[in-house]
Amino acid sequence: MSVTDMSATNTNAVPVRNPFRPENQTLNLRRQVVNSAAVVISALFAVVGVVFLLYLIIYVYQQGSHFLTLQFFTQAPVAYGESGGGVQPAIVGSLVIVGLAALFGIPLGLFTGIYLAEFGRSWLASVVRFMVDTLTGIPTIIFGLFIWVLIVVPAHSFSALAGGMSLSIIMIPTVARATEEVLRLVPKELREASIALGATESRTIWSVVLPSAISGIITGVTLALARVAGETAPLLLTTLGSSFAFRSIFRPTAALPLQIFDYTLSPYDTQIHQAYAGSLILILLVILASFAVRWATGGFKPRD
Amino acid sequence: MQVPVSLSESAVGKRSRALLTQMRVRARHPGDFIFRGVTTLFVLIVLAIVLGIAWILLSDSWPTIQTFGLSFLTNNTFDPVHNVFGVAAAIYGTLLTSAIALVLATPVGIGAAIFLTDFCPRRIKAPLAFLIDSLAAIPSIVLGLWGFLAFAPWLQHTGEPWLQQHFGFLPFFQGPMHGYGILAASLILSLMILPLITAISREVMAVVPRGQREGLLALGATRWEVIRYAVLPFARVGITGGVILALGRALGETIAVTLVIGNETNAPSLHFFDTGYTLASVIANQFTEATPGSLFFSAIIEAGFILLILTLITNVLARVLVARLGRRSRVGGLIV
Repeated sequence: MSVTDMSATNTNAVPVRNPFRPENQTLNLRRQVVNSAAVVISALFAVVGVVFLLYLIIYVYQQGSHFLTLQFFTQAPVAYGESGGGVQPAIVGSLVIVGLAALFGIPLGLFTGIYLAEFGRSWLASVVRFMVDTLTGIPTIIFGLFIWVLIVVPAHSFSALAGGMSLSIIMIPTVARATEEVLRLVPKELREASIALGATESRTIWSVVLPSAISGIITGVTLALARVAGETAPLLLTTLGSSFAFRSIFRPTAALPLQIFDYTLSPYDTQIHQAYAGSLILILLVILASFAVRWATGGFKPRD
Repeated sequence: MQVPVSLSESAVGKRSRALLTQMRVRARHPGDFIFRGVTTLFVLIVLAIVLGIAWILLSDSWPTIQTFGLSFLTNNTFDPVHNVFGVAAAIYGTLLTSAIALVLATPVGIGAAIFLTDFCPRRIKAPLAFLIDSLAAIPSIVLGLWGFLAFAPWLQHTGEPWLQQHFGFLPFFQGPMHGYGILAASLILSLMILPLITAISREVMAVVPRGQREGLLALGATRWEVIRYAVLPFARVGITGGVILALGRALGETIAVTLVIGNETNAPSLHFFDTGYTLASVIANQFTEATPGSLFFSAIIEAGFILLILTLITNVLARVLVARLGRRSRVGGLIV
């Protein structure tokens, strides 16, 4: 009885309303629920990638860490099915191949980047810019196929040199874009000061602009090198792999990704765990490189 | 000082000078001239590489183009013994695995990007973005190793039976379960392109003008409504571009797919449990057996040529869409 009395008195009173509260309470509630749902779902989606990454790293670590011993780095592979041995030829081979890739890829990428940033107003520059963008999108196996047809087939031999060439093509766009971008960030005043002092155009670029942008260029190169070190498909068609120690850049050569590929397909425990150990090295390599790059470029500082 | 002068007078020098004059470039100093010449030379090498790739793939696939014509695209048999070649199954496998991967990765990738740009506490934003980007850096051989030894067997014993039990009424989840096949390849591909979609979506959403968000907030919109009505419509074109870019990546992925897809030429079907083939895995699997100059050799090159055309189309389309936003992406430069 008292309840109905209360409500009766309330309807008689003048309602005091919060002007900021919407008229339709259920609609408002619905909007809040939708908003919370969006936050929760998008957070879950963001976590998917992270959870998988961490799971993968932990899984590979569990499977491979026991085999990551000193002999893994210093000994040659043993016959399939036997235990022991290491992947020393593959590590040496990878270093040689990535070194060759750097030898070709860095100058090509660097000068392309310089061209785009410094002389980039002609029709040729827009063609080059388009081609560099195109290179980024071509699957890496196509580069392997290209070098296979161009070098390996005529030479009748797979080789570390061919592998380095195929990887260098992958590096070009990354290095070129990084170079172009950092060169554009160099202040105009710096160039003008150099020219005002009587320096020629080439001297200005070489001794003033490039040194002030060098850290950004190194960043791009580091990332490109870490990325190509884990490439498998182009190497399959160009260096083929080998189980012997490195002898010459003109011969088939072992490489870490190729060794992992071979061991993945082997039915023996030792080789499989060594494949995981090799994978762990590759994962650490790329993550450390990206971490260093992001840290160096200030990517971890909170921004708006 | 002798060298620059003599070099500029050589035949090569004259030709490059002609080229430079054509570009209306006047060098004031021999050093400038040489520097420009060397730079231009390197740029021309890069151009030659890109054009050389297209030319070599086209000319070496010419024998099969002439022999089979369009039937190469529609024929299902890839038979080196009888010299009959067609890559219909591989094209179908390439498109199907990439399509499934896109369907799975797009909502998750965009959702993650929304969380990172609008909902995420500032403190964990950068580390979280770093971890998601790192997934893109994992070499594909590592995913292939895990897929081949851990994921595909798990799919066969646990994942696929579960799907068949609960969704078996759909044609996709019927038939024998191998573990290795279209489904395994698609799932691995979706994990590989997920960070790419997130990175580009994030980049695109970040350039939505601040005033546009704040205006809607001031009108009393919730955070989600800001995204729904102020951010997503603005970023839609760029996100579409990013998704197409990811499609290009999925089309050409080789090693991880080759290890889990089973590599069998099956008639195109809707059964996701079936084994299959992709253009890239045809190349990776068959190249060692082809004698240079044979029709088999040429068929492998043509598979590569078709793949090149597919990825070129997707990439040009994607870049046109992303470029409409008028900014060369910074994250894109690092990731893509």
